Amino acid sequence: MDPLRRSPSPCLSSRPSSPSTPPCEMLGPVGIEAVLDQLKIKAMKMGFEFNIMVVGQSGLGKSTMVNTLFKVWKSNPPGLGVPPPQTLQLHSVTHVIEEKGVKLKLTVTDTPGFGDQINNDNCWDPILGYINEQYEQYLQEELLITRQRHIPDTRVHCCVYFVPPTGHCLRPLDIEFLQRLCQTVNVVPVIARADSLTMEEREAFRRRIQQNLRTHCINVYPQMCFDEDINDRILNSKLRDRIPFAVVGADQEHLVNGRCVLGRKTNWGIIEVENMAHCEFPLLRDLLIRSHLQDLKDITHNVHYENYRVIRLNESHLLPRGPGWVNLAPASPGQLTTPRPFKVCRGAHDDSDDEF
Amino acid sequence: MRRISGERATRPCLRVPSARRGDEGLHQRDEASQKMSKQQPTQFINPETPGYVGFANLPNQVHRKSVKKGFEFTLMVVGESGLGKSTLINSLFLTDLYPERVIPGAAEKIERTVQIEASTVEIEERGVKLRLTVVDTPGYGDAINCRDCFKTIISYIDEQFERYLHDESGLNRRHIIDNRVHCCFYFISPFGHGLKPLDVAFMKAIHNKVNIVPVIAKADTLTLKERERLKKRILDEIEEHNIKIYHLPDAESDEDEDFKEQTRLLKASIPFSVVGSNQLIEAKGKKVRGRLYPWGVVEVENPEHNDFLKLRTMLITHMQDLQEVTQDLHYENFRSERLKRGGRKVENEDVNKDQILLEKEAELRRMQEMIARMQAQMQMQMQTGDGDGGALGHHV
Repeated sequence: MDPLRRSPSPCLSSRPSSPSTPPCEMLGPVGIEAVLDQLKIKAMKMGFEFNIMVVGQSGLGKSTMVNTLFKVWKSNPPGLGVPPPQTLQLHSVTHVIEEKGVKLKLTVTDTPGFGDQINNDNCWDPILGYINEQYEQYLQEELLITRQRHIPDTRVHCCVYFVPPTGHCLRPLDIEFLQRLCQTVNVVPVIARADSLTMEEREAFRRRIQQNLRTHCINVYPQMCFDEDINDRILNSKLRDRIPFAVVGADQEHLVNGRCVLGRKTNWGIIEVENMAHCEFPLLRDLLIRSHLQDLKDITHNVHYENYRVIRLNESHLLPRGPGWVNLAPASPGQLTTPRPFKVCRGAHDDSDDEF
Repeated sequence: MRRISGERATRPCLRVPSARRGDEGLHQRDEASQKMSKQQPTQFINPETPGYVGFANLPNQVHRKSVKKGFEFTLMVVGESGLGKSTLINSLFLTDLYPERVIPGAAEKIERTVQIEASTVEIEERGVKLRLTVVDTPGYGDAINCRDCFKTIISYIDEQFERYLHDESGLNRRHIIDNRVHCCFYFISPFGHGLKPLDVAFMKAIHNKVNIVPVIAKADTLTLKERERLKKRILDEIEEHNIKIYHLPDAESDEDEDFKEQTRLLKASIPFSVVGSNQLIEAKGKKVRGRLYPWGVVEVENPEHNDFLKLRTMLITHMQDLQEVTQDLHYENFRSERLKRGGRKVENEDVNKDQILLEKEAELRRMQEMIARMQAQMQMQMQTGDGDGGALGHHV
């Protein structure tokens, strides 16, 4: 690129002008910055999509948390009188929220019945199946000859996992689930109902959970390997130090010192949800919405979806068949193996890097 | 066993309701006998109440004897890990039952099965000795598949009954140690919407063997409304599944009003929602046991904050009743079942009658063979004893 074709600067005279290139002052500014405005206008017209999944045992405040995050009051009235279903069910609710002209199509997938049974073996299979199904749908749309201009994106961008506040450490169920899901989707673990832990207990619990995650090689969002530059790393390291966030959800407002705050009122005080001294809900909100929403979508698209795509397209009958599998390749004779747990190959990420 | 003695002004002493009447009788008796000794030492009639025999003093004698003997109580605590069971036990009995406790890490939890850990503590207060055994069940509800969770617990309870039955049927019955589980605190998680399937299954499996007292743990996560709703939900589910929890006996009609009111309040608060803590926090100028949060202090012994005091009162005023119900109801049930089975220890409960018949026949045959063998041997001995003879010494 010609170094002289820069945006107009006042001291043009100090630059020696080469005989072949005409001086910049005759051409005027290029106007590359205008691209940002165009992008913004387009984005606002198109709107954003965000798909979030909440997983955890019943009663940990998942629905309340979604209400508090996105302030969608009318959607999910907290299912208080509803007993957990016998088997795991998945249901998605979509809302369109608008703020200052920006439209967000938010889809929340809830998983009632997770971990509530006496025998919770393989209770993560329906969830993995659902996630892979969304990838499959997107893949099918992408492979069409005449594609839609904008493929509807139902892939799960973020999975928020609610850890019960036992105060001890991660349970075997938590570890099994996190190990499997971190390879397929961005997982953000949070300590649910954190108002049952004092500050010291909270810190100790957090450290133990972080240790458990390290011991079992569970890579939660923000993943260290996807930090692009030093700024990202600094920002994400601060977040990684605080994960899992200790959150409290509330959808009722109370008056505290003349202000109207969201909180829980008890006999011994009011727990303010948006007060950093009480709980870390603002951190979760900022992560999911204000700072890392686009990053979550990017990683889902560039890493997790690409992993899935590579496996599916290279598929021969020798590769493992995960849940939601459909035979793309023509049937060929050969040995069939027993299905192994759906593994992700690290190399796929490097491939996608090269492509871009 | 550790010994913790000394005056503890905050704890109510064990209540033996009938002692009061006995006391009155004693006073009357003393008065009467004093009068007697002055007037007529040989006559033992109380002039104030004619026909007074004096056996109203008996409960007092029982009281003195039992105080001398001391009380034994076994309490079992069951619940998922992290619900505050150990903290609650320590708070209830103002002791530290688990000084060298190490909470297992996540990797160890995966491999572990349910274990039974019993710790005994001797507590003394105003001359009354209590030998308290707390049976803890670490590992309950931890595994991904909890189907076999309660087998260990049920076999422990049965084992204690078995041991007591054995001791009771033995020759020397003077020092029978009663290790039967008198009461089981079942900890329900406050985070659910009621009882979990595991809770229901477990309670149904043990409600005929032990007194169940459901307790809502970590009650400081719930607002008052949520607490009421959860309590009602749990009671409805208990009724729906026909689970027999321990019911407090109604106060007798001759008890005083305070006691009646107390019993009524206790009955209305089941299941108790409790908070446990042994940390002293400074609140409103005085030191209380509680939990310090940035938004306030939860006081353990404040009845408006939680039902800890009610639980403690219930346990202590009804300790005797719990033991009685265990003896009269659960133990007798166990004993009659056991004796009906004919004293054979059946491990697999699916053994049907045909199998038992076959086994008995096989045993009979074996016995007959053994007898035949012994007879043959005896005959041989007699033959060789008589003379060398032609007996070629058949070895059977």
